[in-house]
Amino acid sequence: MCLAVLVLARSLASQAPSPLPLTVLAKDGRRAVPTASVNDQEFVALDDLAAAFQLAIHEESGAITITYKGKTIVVTPDQPLASVSGRLVSLPAPPARAGRRWLVPIEFISRALAVVYDVRLDLRKASHLLIVGDLRVPRITARYEPLGSAARLTIDATPRATSSVVQENDRITIKFDADALDAVDPQIPPPAAPSIVQAIRVLDPVTVSVELGPRFSAFRASTQQVDQTMRLVIDFLSPQSTTDAGTAPAAPSPTPELPPAFTQPTSAIRTVAIDAGHGGEDEGAKGAGGAKEKDLVLAVARRLKAAIEGRLGIRVLLTRDGDHNIAMDDRMALANNNKADLFISLHTNASLRHGASGATIYTAAFPRDAGSLVPPAPERLPTFGGGLRDIELVPWDLAQIRHIDQSASFAGILLEQLRGRVPLAARPVERAPLRILESANMPAVLVEMGFLTNPDQERKLVGNEFQTAFVQAVYDSVLKFRDALGAGGTR
Amino acid sequence: MTPQRTGVIAGVGVASAALVWLLFFGLPRWYGSPATSAAAAAAPSAPAAAGRKIKARLFYVGDDGARLVGVERDVPFGEGTAQQAKEIISAQIAPAADPLVSAVPPGTSLRAVFVTEKGDAYVDLSREASAAHPGGSLNELLTVYTIVNAVTANLPAVTAVQLLIDGKPVETLAGHVDLRRPLEKNLAWVQ
Repeated sequence: MCLAVLVLARSLASQAPSPLPLTVLAKDGRRAVPTASVNDQEFVALDDLAAAFQLAIHEESGAITITYKGKTIVVTPDQPLASVSGRLVSLPAPPARAGRRWLVPIEFISRALAVVYDVRLDLRKASHLLIVGDLRVPRITARYEPLGSAARLTIDATPRATSSVVQENDRITIKFDADALDAVDPQIPPPAAPSIVQAIRVLDPVTVSVELGPRFSAFRASTQQVDQTMRLVIDFLSPQSTTDAGTAPAAPSPTPELPPAFTQPTSAIRTVAIDAGHGGEDEGAKGAGGAKEKDLVLAVARRLKAAIEGRLGIRVLLTRDGDHNIAMDDRMALANNNKADLFISLHTNASLRHGASGATIYTAAFPRDAGSLVPPAPERLPTFGGGLRDIELVPWDLAQIRHIDQSASFAGILLEQLRGRVPLAARPVERAPLRILESANMPAVLVEMGFLTNPDQERKLVGNEFQTAFVQAVYDSVLKFRDALGAGGTR
Repeated sequence: MTPQRTGVIAGVGVASAALVWLLFFGLPRWYGSPATSAAAAAAPSAPAAAGRKIKARLFYVGDDGARLVGVERDVPFGEGTAQQAKEIISAQIAPAADPLVSAVPPGTSLRAVFVTEKGDAYVDLSREASAAHPGGSLNELLTVYTIVNAVTANLPAVTAVQLLIDGKPVETLAGHVDLRRPLEKNLAWVQ
């Protein structure tokens, strides 16, 4: 399959002559500010910034003072630094002189000017956009896929922006509910299937148009929210694909030409963290026959990694891949910092009653008042170098609270997959204040695969038959969870 | 030597002795280690009234190994919440007679009990509670909730219990149950 990935904003950088001007977007319109390239570093003239942002510039004793409403920024020609209201910030290069004008690195805007300016400045360097104020300017990326006699266009708008899709003669327009689009290139190269779609263009600041080809017959559009992204999928159908999809023949229908719109693994689960419990001196539970929990769970973790990565193409992180103990916070830091979408901790159980048997799936439990400690929404905070960002401040020990419903969903899926394949405990799903789960900033479960203190279970747990069945059940659960997430079924 | 001079020397001697006692015995008692003083304040060594008993519900591992069962037992009366908690926990962690099975590892002893005004009890156990633990999430949950429920189910003034080991907070007993904060009563772990 030919896959054309169009990143609209980036295509601008690759096609237009260099250096590109900086487009300043504000409530009262847009304007271009020229840029210059010096030693591969982009610069902008202080004079131009002064005109655009009502700055006063004063040069004295080898220093340049930029003043805005009583606040000052001082730069010196030989130093890649700026003093912003007395605080030093770094710049990628010192100011440079061009004739009688002073140039400063483009990062001066986000690291220095944004700190003193009384309206939010959002510099999007990759797309040469400078957004002034709280404008809604979603980043737009598009992906075009020819699919036999049909084709699919997927457009992601981040942060989320709704859109309306309307056909007007030989054109489909997609109008976004936004102030502007972070996709300013008017010349998007045509995708790879010109017979159905000839070109995709940014028509005006908030509209993308799709120029239709002679083989176009019909289209269908659907949307889905994926985290902070609104995904719009438009399927373009030719007369042939319309016939295939629109009729209901008595004979067995062929494989549908168009796959479901929202089952792409990239939208739901990209990374799974597998935690083999204990390790090193911490051997965990031990069986009478000599089996050790730390060894057993590591073996299963490795098999799971091979199965999920090899067959699903999902990245799998192991919190440990050897016989050593890792602090619980370090295990969770690996999963959280790598933005894992699912966390599975593997253990084997123990009981003082040797008859106890079967697998148990645990999800986290918290004190009743813990929920009040988690802020309901991100906070907008200043960042290093200037500007503001939405930052989620979630207590580390309570990160799991926001994912508890999805954790329960995954536990339910896993239970169904384990049932009939491996022995289950009398209460196969439990909630408990387990240390390892509480800091997981993603759906998370702890699975006790069986009881090492039960001699019959110990024999089975170390055997290939049990481990193969268990790994297959977890694999199938990840697959089903991914599909459920993609379809919005567990949100 | 005049009687006055003798009196002065005697007075200096008594004062010196008092100073020595203060430096080497008095102050150490008043400014002893925080753990010692806290334990002493929390669980005064006043003996239980001779022979006086209360009925307490203690917890042991059920036949299925998956839940605790409650058993009513006579426990010595303790003056005040902390002292009564101490008596209950001491009874709870004592070796269980057949056919009962205790989820508390053998050899575990109670070091101290401290109850805050808020109703959180801090139960300081000896290191055996962790070092001799056989592991497993279920085992550990039953161990923890044996103590938590024994205190909270019998003492309404106590709403939550945090376990300490050798006077220090710990993350877990055996790698599973979070012990970094007090845990509330949870009878879901009791049949």
